[in-house]
Amino acid sequence: MQQVVKKYNNQTVVKGLDLVIPDGSFTVLVGPSGCGKSTTLRMIAGLEEITAGDLLIDGQRVNDLAPGKRDVAMVFQNYALYPTMNVFDNIAFGLLNRGFSKKDCKRMVEEIAEIVGLSSYLQRKPAELSGGQRQRVALARAMVKKPRVFLMDEPLSNLDAKLRNQMRVELTSLHKQLGTTFIYVTHDQVEAMTMGDQIVVMNEGEIMQKASPFELYQQPANLFVAQFIGSPAMNILPTDKESIGFRPEKAMLTAGSARTIQPAAGFVDHGRIVAREILGSDVLYYVSGRAGKIIARKAADELLAEGTEVTVSVAAEHLYRFDQETGRALSVAAIKQESLPSGGLG
Amino acid sequence: MHQSTRVAARWIEAVLLVAVALVFVFPFLWMFLTAFKTMPEVYQFPPTWLPETWQFANFETAWSSGPFLRYVINSVLVAIGVLIIQLLTAVPAAYAFARYRFRGRNFLFGLALIALMIPPQVIFLPIYVELSHMGLINTLWSLVLPYGASAFGIFLLRQAFMQVPDEVIEAARLDSASEWKIMWRVMVPMAKPVLVTFGLFSFIYHWNDYFWPLIMTNSDEVRTLPVGITMLKAAEGGKQWNVIMAGNMMLVLPILAIFFFAQRHIMKAFVYQSK
Repeated sequence: MQQVVKKYNNQTVVKGLDLVIPDGSFTVLVGPSGCGKSTTLRMIAGLEEITAGDLLIDGQRVNDLAPGKRDVAMVFQNYALYPTMNVFDNIAFGLLNRGFSKKDCKRMVEEIAEIVGLSSYLQRKPAELSGGQRQRVALARAMVKKPRVFLMDEPLSNLDAKLRNQMRVELTSLHKQLGTTFIYVTHDQVEAMTMGDQIVVMNEGEIMQKASPFELYQQPANLFVAQFIGSPAMNILPTDKESIGFRPEKAMLTAGSARTIQPAAGFVDHGRIVAREILGSDVLYYVSGRAGKIIARKAADELLAEGTEVTVSVAAEHLYRFDQETGRALSVAAIKQESLPSGGLG
Repeated sequence: MHQSTRVAARWIEAVLLVAVALVFVFPFLWMFLTAFKTMPEVYQFPPTWLPETWQFANFETAWSSGPFLRYVINSVLVAIGVLIIQLLTAVPAAYAFARYRFRGRNFLFGLALIALMIPPQVIFLPIYVELSHMGLINTLWSLVLPYGASAFGIFLLRQAFMQVPDEVIEAARLDSASEWKIMWRVMVPMAKPVLVTFGLFSFIYHWNDYFWPLIMTNSDEVRTLPVGITMLKAAEGGKQWNVIMAGNMMLVLPILAIFFFAQRHIMKAFVYQSK
């Protein structure tokens, strides 16, 4: 994508996107709703016109190519199956339109149905299938065309949590099996982190960062990414010129107000636990400190009660610095004493 | 206490429903019974309910008093011909109104709605003149062509097409389907209940239509059943109501049969619409 712009009635929803999606990658577009990720996907599919810029697939400009001629397949959030056709016809429809013979269609549909486990449902109508089965039909319909690119628009958001986890694993293994390019849109960062090998974080029609899941988490390029990726979000504490941040799991909590907890601590604050959430293996503590509200994540080995006075300390290497104005990440260097919030230093 | 008020309410409801139903059923019942009576029985006062002896001969008389087979064939040709042409024009028009954005769309749709409000009696004269210039008066074409585009059909189908989710159409586009194919293979099957309902309305209207065939035709070869049946009135020896009712029975039976089989779809269409 080269400087791709999308405008609706003078409102720019995608602002000059430059993005290369490597062949065979599993790229996830992630961001809050209204960030332009679905519009971007729909432009790739050919369902939205591109206002300006170029879209190239395999080096060929496809801006003006009809969706059916781009050799892409899409899985929609609500599956978009043809309700009046049975499963077989749903899968075969695209093949017949592309001029495959009925005999070839039958063979190909049966092969795909076998792979996704739908063989015994071919004569059923979509209304007679469960959500998971419908999802498989939608997948089979996309797979059978053997497209160059798979586009998926929040395909798991209509499934229950258990099925979603299962399908997540199935989709990633399917990607490995097929080796085709997947472009996947989601607002769910867990999906993004677990499935993608390249994640594109978007906000307000712009790319905030493009990186691997690990890099995104470890080296967020700006405040937006730092707060969007990770649950709970990174703690951000503003100072005079910059903001400092640290991940909840990197914060050490010690009961009492002992002064020196961690020899190499880059940040120390004292406060009181105002709330806690027990997640099972972990516990989230909400601490009201002098520097502001801090969330800390700890293993649930020993529980600290609400109201306990605690010391929060974070090692220097786990601290992030962001420019107060631009939100851009500054190098992770030693933090000057005077720039720290009132929490103070270790 | 509550139980008994509820039962009473039920009864009142039932009585009201039966009363309303009777208003509609009674003419049918009267037509049915009269069709089997003798002439003296028809004029007898006070009237009798059931015929003394069931006169099946009335049907024979009606059938043989004119070229009824011809009328039936004409009626079928006209009603089905109109329906086919209406579907061929209404489906693409409704699809365009429902799914495309183009300049003048609302204006054109407004025109279609206006057409819905103009009764045929208002415009029959210019159409008659036009058809007579084309030499089509007293042909079946004069009964079919003026009804080729149905504003009602366009309106009804547009509403049905608008309910189809965008994603389904987009999926079809990605499946390399042409607009023509999307329309007939994806949209039309999804609008089946509405199509059946519209088909039935159109068929009944043109099957029963008396006014238009009366004006456009003047010979038995192209007359339709309703016109043919009123010709029975003019038979010698005064109005033979029993024979006329027998003729009416023949007119109504096919419609009742179709309605009986299509009832499920009609109910569905209206439930779907009111969602």
